[in-house]
Amino acid sequence: MKLDTIKAWFRQASFYAEEAYNAPYRSAIARAQREQNDLFMLLIFSEMMGVPNPASYYTLELQPLLMERFHDWHTRMGMEHSPLDNFKCC
Amino acid sequence: MNAIYLMVMGLAAMALGYFVYSKFICEKIFKVDPNFRTPAHEMQDGIDYVPTNKYILWGHHFTSVAGAAPIIGPAIAVIWGWVPAFLWVVFGTIFFAGVHDAGAIWASSRNKAKSIGALTGDIVGNRARSIFMIVIFLVLLMVNAVFAVVIAGQLINFPSATVPVWGAIVVALIIGQLIYRKLIGLLMVTIIGVVALYAMIYAGPMFPLSLPETVMGLSDRQGWIVLLFVYAAIASLLPVWALLQPRDYINGIQLFIGLGLLYAAVIFASPDIVAPAFNHDVPEGTPSLIPLLFVTIACGAISGFHGLVASGTTSKQLDKEPDVRFVGYFGAIGEGSLALAAIIAATAGFATLADWQAIYHSFGQGGVSAFIRGGANILENGIGLDAVLSQTLLTVMVVLFAGTTMDTGLRLQRYIFQEWGSIYNISWMQKAAPATLLAVGSCLLLAFGAGGDGSGGMMIWPLFGTTNQLLAGLTLLVITVMLVKLGRPMWYTLAPLIFLLTMTTLGLLIQLKSFYDKQDWFLFTLDLVILIAAILVILESVGTLTRQIKANKLANDKV
Repeated sequence: MKLDTIKAWFRQASFYAEEAYNAPYRSAIARAQREQNDLFMLLIFSEMMGVPNPASYYTLELQPLLMERFHDWHTRMGMEHSPLDNFKCC
Repeated sequence: MNAIYLMVMGLAAMALGYFVYSKFICEKIFKVDPNFRTPAHEMQDGIDYVPTNKYILWGHHFTSVAGAAPIIGPAIAVIWGWVPAFLWVVFGTIFFAGVHDAGAIWASSRNKAKSIGALTGDIVGNRARSIFMIVIFLVLLMVNAVFAVVIAGQLINFPSATVPVWGAIVVALIIGQLIYRKLIGLLMVTIIGVVALYAMIYAGPMFPLSLPETVMGLSDRQGWIVLLFVYAAIASLLPVWALLQPRDYINGIQLFIGLGLLYAAVIFASPDIVAPAFNHDVPEGTPSLIPLLFVTIACGAISGFHGLVASGTTSKQLDKEPDVRFVGYFGAIGEGSLALAAIIAATAGFATLADWQAIYHSFGQGGVSAFIRGGANILENGIGLDAVLSQTLLTVMVVLFAGTTMDTGLRLQRYIFQEWGSIYNISWMQKAAPATLLAVGSCLLLAFGAGGDGSGGMMIWPLFGTTNQLLAGLTLLVITVMLVKLGRPMWYTLAPLIFLLTMTTLGLLIQLKSFYDKQDWFLFTLDLVILIAAILVILESVGTLTRQIKANKLANDKV
């Protein structure tokens, strides 16, 4: 019984420590991650924008997986529909 | 008088303020609504808008607003005696700071969590928005310069703190890696980090370290200032998880431990206050209490900087609207209690009145080192910590606060330069490194320009106070205009606004004259810039408010 209370207390303390550590910087870190993801997406779609890409054979495979993220990106950038002619997501 | 009475009176008054006045303000004036969908829910995106537990949010808000400033200001201001400083801190916290902080979160959350800067543009006007940007820039500039000077001074006064102060950075870097790479759990890391920090504080007095008197033509003070800015520039360019995040976290824990220790020591030592209640024979050159007291203690009584934090990040994470009372108002009380501790340490920590007078021999003296020496005496008598160890402990506390503020301040200043770069189409200024260099350069210019040897930082302390109060004034103006638009009583925010603007303008005029007499043209110009900003704020306030009141009357007449 006692062990359980200690465990529960420990879990609670961990949660608060975790939140106290992460909450203040959640947005800064998420934004940095988003920027990296955007760069990655740009590399995947580089061929469509006229930038030659030696790995296009492989990146082509990734394109459908990026559909949702691409949609997020163009709405975030203020474009209602996909700006790419041959890649329509909505 | 015994310091315990002062402590109990102060804390009791603030508690009363929280339980009675904040309830009135939040329920009757702001009319917070538990059913209101806050921006954190409305625009939840997992990045900026995240509903957060109110205790966590309070901790975050409090640790971001509490820094070295609520220690420095009161520790300088007790030169007029402890009563004025005490009254201003207590009543300032209850009627000014609490209302301002809670109001800033409320105003922001009712306007899609926009920052106070953006709100000034929307609610008051675009001209006010430009003033706002300039005032923010000045505040950051002065904060960075003053804090660098303060840290340098303490590292010279207390060489035993050098090892723990710089060691804390290494600890933070290691903790950052441990957490980022998920090597061990956070609770474990926390314990290790805190133990490591306090072990270094313990070891500090054994390895006192100071710079040689002159290095490459720079005095030791100038040397530390340059080193600090080199550090801050690098720190502000690193990703936040690497240094800033773990450093803030350890600092937050350290803040609570330090405050707890100080208050516990006051209870055990029950020291008598040796400083006079009202100092009738102030040292020569001390400016008059009114208005200077009200700009010397900015943080701890009311601070515009809080509005930036409140509207920039806190409002985006507000879970329920009634939480503004706990997060905003109680956050201000946390800061007030820190200022109260600073007053007690700087007035009751000395054996005799003569000792106290020896430290406060002229205006701007005493300050942080009086807090450290006085506080260390109380710690020694109260909980039996060795005197040098106690000094090291408090020095580390103050320096770490000031240091993290510098990291953040320099980062924010860089953002402002980058924004100016994009507004005026200057491509090189939009890059991180040159913008950081510009920020560091302007701060160094101020730190050295005022006083030459880098000691001028404390001269600009009251100037920093005025700028900070102006910022608070702009926030209060936004809240007041919103209240007037809603047809609610405006005096609870308008009265503090009028008081602040009056004291700020008077303070600026008095300082303007003293800089003129000293023929210090650098600070004279700076003062003049702030004075112009102050006058513009007053004109904006009068103009916007009369316009809004007239519009309200017209609307009423039609009905």
